[in-house]
Amino acid sequence: MLIGHQPKEFLLAVEALTVSFDGFKAVNDLSFYVDENEIRVIIGPNGAGKTTVLDLICGKTKATSGSIQFRGKELTRMKENEIVKAGVGRKFQNPSIYDDLTVFENLEISYPRGRSVFGALTFTRDAAVRDRVHEVAEMIFLKDKLNMSADLLSHGQKQWLEIGMLLIQDPDLLMLDEPVAGMSVSERAKTAELLNRIIKNRSVLVIEHDMKFVEDIAHKVTVLHQGQILSEGTMEKVQNDPKVIEVYLGH
Amino acid sequence: MTDNRFFNRSELIGILVLAVFLVVVLPLTLDVFRLNLVAKYLTYAFVALGLVICWGYGGILSLGQGVFFGLGGYCMAMFLKLEASSVENTKIQSTPGIPDFMDWNQLTALPFFWKPFHSLTFTIAAIVLVPGIFALIIGTAMFKRRVGGTYFAIITQAVAAILTILIVGQQGYTGGINGMTDLRTLKGWDIRPDHAKIMLYFFEVGCLFVCIMIAQFVRHAKLGRILVAMREKEDRVRFSGYSVANFKIFAFSIAAMFAAIGGAMFALNVGFMSPSFVGIVPSIEMVIYTAVGGRLSILGAIYGTLLVNFAKTSLSETFPELWLFGLGGLFIAVVLAFPNGLAGIWSDYVQPRIDRLIASRKRKPDGWTDSSVADGAPAE
Repeated sequence: MLIGHQPKEFLLAVEALTVSFDGFKAVNDLSFYVDENEIRVIIGPNGAGKTTVLDLICGKTKATSGSIQFRGKELTRMKENEIVKAGVGRKFQNPSIYDDLTVFENLEISYPRGRSVFGALTFTRDAAVRDRVHEVAEMIFLKDKLNMSADLLSHGQKQWLEIGMLLIQDPDLLMLDEPVAGMSVSERAKTAELLNRIIKNRSVLVIEHDMKFVEDIAHKVTVLHQGQILSEGTMEKVQNDPKVIEVYLGH
Repeated sequence: MTDNRFFNRSELIGILVLAVFLVVVLPLTLDVFRLNLVAKYLTYAFVALGLVICWGYGGILSLGQGVFFGLGGYCMAMFLKLEASSVENTKIQSTPGIPDFMDWNQLTALPFFWKPFHSLTFTIAAIVLVPGIFALIIGTAMFKRRVGGTYFAIITQAVAAILTILIVGQQGYTGGINGMTDLRTLKGWDIRPDHAKIMLYFFEVGCLFVCIMIAQFVRHAKLGRILVAMREKEDRVRFSGYSVANFKIFAFSIAAMFAAIGGAMFALNVGFMSPSFVGIVPSIEMVIYTAVGGRLSILGAIYGTLLVNFAKTSLSETFPELWLFGLGGLFIAVVLAFPNGLAGIWSDYVQPRIDRLIASRKRKPDGWTDSSVADGAPAE
């Protein structure tokens, strides 16, 4: 599956990315690079363009100009479902799960097989599917809730379920938009534990406001401000950057 | 039993009950005239069945199912009309051998698109494929561009209006506002006498059950769950690697094909086809049948269709002016009070009581624990 013919190649290379909504540049000439197996956290004040960057990568929003290369593939020209097949998974800010289906069915739909109309008609729930669903359910602490309707889950459990739906896709790049927002302290700790377990063998791009959480997981932090990069580097470097302190961490 | 790709145990019981009702109870209790009325009502049940998949499961509201009902009906009617317009039947016309309305409109030859309808095989294929492909084209044009919801409903309504105008305007080719009347035989077999009506009724019920099985299969496949997922969180489905547009096109096309089969049955059972079954009002009525029966219930939609049509026939005979208001009121009442229609009332109020009744009987040691009663207990 991997066609990494060059020895040192970034997993994700975002270059000169710009998107403008009626003249307002939500993301302006943005460039950054994510390595294999790297955990990158994007922080920044409200309206800095963090979610828009994820939208651009996963194809939800079309770029005005610039390029997004993922394993050598140009994502800006691909459709959303093709981007998923290329290996990019996206978790939304609000838990985005199917309330009318059970936890099992939620996970099953995300299992990467039978994604065409015909494939979905002939899909069988075989042992491979069941085993994988059980395995993921165990990781996301929902093993004993598989037959429960998803709308009965708590907010934190819904967030876990959506993370599980991404895990079952086994993406090479996992993008999480505020995964611990609205969680209790104990749920937060469990989520950090969960994330630390699932980030093995893949790259992760996280948007998060919770600085304690960021410190726990980030390899590298990118600070966005008004659609542009304000600072980039280790958490320590970023925290001590006077520009960052001024616009963001200071208050 | 649980791995069956068509139904689970309680659904099987429901299907059997419907089969007994349609195949045994109705033919034994109704005279031929009333049975033929039921046959007419059931033609709409095909449309309602399609709407359960498309609207109930997929969340795609189409207010133009009359278009597909009409296309299917006209395909069937064209074949029957050609057979009824043999040279000897039409020898008094200035051009014998073409349908009467063409002769009245000074046409002197059969138009090219009518010619293949001499063949029954072609006609049967056309009944399903013409509306199916038309739905595919509309669906592709709309869903690939992410047109959905209310906008889609309005566009389907516009299509229904356009097709009506087209059929009425092209009188020489379509029979105009009168439609195609005086349909007589199917491959030489007279469809008008009573025994033929009874045969056609059973044939229609057979086709209905085939469609029910197809609908059940779609519902129980992963595709059925994807439709539900799409209805709730379209973006999540899209970013799980599915092409949402293709699934919507599929649901819309299958609903169109069901509606078309219903239309063809209408031409056969009722003996004519006219633009009054194509336009906006009939299309909306078909949505109401589905809503009353329960848009999430395949069997509910069929009972809903029968019930509303029975009410329509009896009430519109007595109070013709009030019927449309009654229908509108019924729709509002159902949507407000019982969003899942009759099927919802059944599963929320009736079924729990039956379950309790059976459970309490089972508990008594000397009670009536006949196995046939135990079998009636729903599996879930």
